[in-house]
Amino acid sequence: MSTGVAALSNGFKGFARYMGGVMGADAYTKYLEHHREAGHKEPPLSEREFWRDRTDRQDANPQGRCC
Amino acid sequence: MAGTPDDRNGSFRREGAVATDQALPPAAVDENAREAEERKWTPGKIALWAAIALLGGVAWFMLAIIRGETVNAIWFVFASVCTYLIGYRFYSKVIERYITRPDDRRATPAEYKADGKDYVRTDRNVLFGHHFAAIAGAGPLVGPVLAAQMGYLPGTIWIIIGVVLAGAVQDYLVMFFSMRRGGRSLGQMAREELGVIGGTAALIATLLIMVIIVAILALVVVNALGESPWGVFSVSLTIPIALFMGIYLRYLRPGKVMEVSLIGFVLLMAAIIGGGIVAETPWGADIFSLDKVTIAWGLIVYGFIAAILPVWLLLAPRDYLSTFMKIGVIVMLALAIIVVRPEITVPAFSEFASRDNGPVFPGSLFPFLFVTIACGALSGFHALISSGTTPKLVEKERQTRFIGYGGMLMESFVAIMALVAAISIDRGLYFAMNSPTALTGGTVETAATWVNSLGLSGVNLTPEFLSQTAANVGEESIVSRTGGAPTLAVGLAHIMQQFIGGTAMMAFWYHFAIMFEALFILTAVDAGTRVARFMLQDSIGNFVPKFKEASWRPGAWLCTAIMVGAWGAVLLMGVTDPLGGINTLFPLFGIANQLLAAIALSVCLAIAAKRGSFKYLWIVALPLAFAAVVTITASYQKIFSPTPAVGYFANNAAFSKALAEGKTEFGSAKTVVAMEAVVRNTAIQGWLSVIFVVLSIIVIATALLATVRAFRNRAAGVPTKDNEDPALPSRVFAPAGLIPTRAERELLAEWEKVPANLRFERAGHH
Repeated sequence: MSTGVAALSNGFKGFARYMGGVMGADAYTKYLEHHREAGHKEPPLSEREFWRDRTDRQDANPQGRCC
Repeated sequence: MAGTPDDRNGSFRREGAVATDQALPPAAVDENAREAEERKWTPGKIALWAAIALLGGVAWFMLAIIRGETVNAIWFVFASVCTYLIGYRFYSKVIERYITRPDDRRATPAEYKADGKDYVRTDRNVLFGHHFAAIAGAGPLVGPVLAAQMGYLPGTIWIIIGVVLAGAVQDYLVMFFSMRRGGRSLGQMAREELGVIGGTAALIATLLIMVIIVAILALVVVNALGESPWGVFSVSLTIPIALFMGIYLRYLRPGKVMEVSLIGFVLLMAAIIGGGIVAETPWGADIFSLDKVTIAWGLIVYGFIAAILPVWLLLAPRDYLSTFMKIGVIVMLALAIIVVRPEITVPAFSEFASRDNGPVFPGSLFPFLFVTIACGALSGFHALISSGTTPKLVEKERQTRFIGYGGMLMESFVAIMALVAAISIDRGLYFAMNSPTALTGGTVETAATWVNSLGLSGVNLTPEFLSQTAANVGEESIVSRTGGAPTLAVGLAHIMQQFIGGTAMMAFWYHFAIMFEALFILTAVDAGTRVARFMLQDSIGNFVPKFKEASWRPGAWLCTAIMVGAWGAVLLMGVTDPLGGINTLFPLFGIANQLLAAIALSVCLAIAAKRGSFKYLWIVALPLAFAAVVTITASYQKIFSPTPAVGYFANNAAFSKALAEGKTEFGSAKTVVAMEAVVRNTAIQGWLSVIFVVLSIIVIATALLATVRAFRNRAAGVPTKDNEDPALPSRVFAPAGLIPTRAERELLAEWEKVPANLRFERAGHH
């Protein structure tokens, strides 16, 4: 019974993670990962700064959506 | 084939001969091991593919040959899915082997340009969903509905075969070539490959096509919301909901995308339910019953404001909402069709399949069916998405087949489901909803009489049925609700109520469907206006450099106003058109979209030729030739056809003559003002057709010239300069498709053992 619940919760978590990936919810995590791996000297942007920068860059570089 | 100066087997591997790091496991599965695995046909594998082929064959047989009194919708699912699987497994591999020739030892832009922001290696399955959400919108939901006028079979064949041989090929090739060029846009590639003339023609054509596409999408929304207080209320509420989400993400809880999307979704559902309650009240019906012209003006004002507001406030949050809804709705519709399995009574070929005077859209099956269904079979607009965003996120070169080709197959499946939803409703109802008021008369009595007078087999429409259906879906009237969206909504409500909720839920499902279509379209309108504005700013910037500065407000606002003005004018023209709007403008939408496909395929043809794949150039030439023939024939008929219903100028001449003779009404135009409107509209539509087709012919001609030049150079042994980014060694590995093969799993296991500090290149700069 408990294994069934655990499997279900794992499945749901996996699905939520997948949806999050598709929608770009994990962008900041990925940015931090990149920042760490690239060995930048300066500290990374904070979460707030990162999302601001992200939408502000979309302002300057619009992407089409399909019909 | 002797005589083509192709690169021979083996020799073409040199182009990707990059030395990968010896300290790391290989970045690609060994070529020979992969070949061996692919070529080895185990009994299990043979049985699987034989079963898929058999099931697909039976399904096609049921749809195309048996065509009993009724046909079950499940056969559409089997026919499409089996054909997609076969196309994906066999045809896309041919393209991979002979045209794209990916090399996983090369780093993708996401690796060599990695910045953690625009260039980010993304898991292939996530990117598949992301790419699919970016390409799928209202297009595949609308075109197939209108095309159902001809019966179910022509549309089904074109959607399924078209995607395998044309649409998916275009998306895959554009994505791959853009990826090899660091994620360059279609416009930039056109300029590089086709030169100044071809590149400029492609740019102008793209700009005009975007205007037309945005205008007609907006027209679909206007037609769905006209005189519908429920719809107007709930769709208007998406704006404050999106604003709230934007502020939430910016100031309250930055980055909590899933959380805010869930909140937005709940608010959206509340807006739909609330709309039903408000529309019931006298004041609600009073305030929110707007005529189409008012809604069109509202949309124009909205379009301008939305395009100059910062992205974070409106576009980004609505984008999350729209993605969330898109995936949910499509999964739900697929489940419902599989569970409910509606019986279809529409004939394979309708009475209109062999005529050119159908009420939903005029013109004969060839070429007009093929332009009416653009998205879902072959959509040029995808080339703008497949170049640019997605290529910057691809992790390994081989994954482009899964994401590009496979993603488009998914969109085609959406189109098939839209078709099934549209043909599952009563045929008489279909024609009453999709024919312009000029024909139906606008009331249930006149509409029923008119539909019954068409002499369609098995159709006996009663006014009561029309009123009952309208009451069921919570609308005042459903007569002449053209544009495709309301028909799809009725079809979806019809299927969904059998799945969840019964008749009592029909009104909810109807407005749920209208809501998500409006959401997709509003996002496309906003984003399309922004992209078009930037293209215009960039073009003017060549003469007045100041315009190139994106942050220069007056320039940005002026260009936004010009673009909104352009699509707004076309939208108003469609809304006020005495001839009906959608039926005259939708062919222009399809032609525009497929001319863009022809442009994209021309660029791919030139690139493939430069890379020396002459023997298999037909893979690109086939869809290009088809798209060119279809769109040029359709344009030719729209321009030169003597039948007024089909030819813009013939109609123009007929109405001008009537005006000159002093008539005060002619055809469906009941006043002199309406007649003048027809003269003006047909002239604009006619000249737009002329401009589109001339631009596209220029692009195709320059591409053919580039191809011939590449052939001559190759034959003479002159080296051609390609415009790819230099090949850099890859330091990562990931499987190519959904399920990793054995060789891929083994290699993955090797990579697992590599210490983390060795896995990625340490940049150390910046």
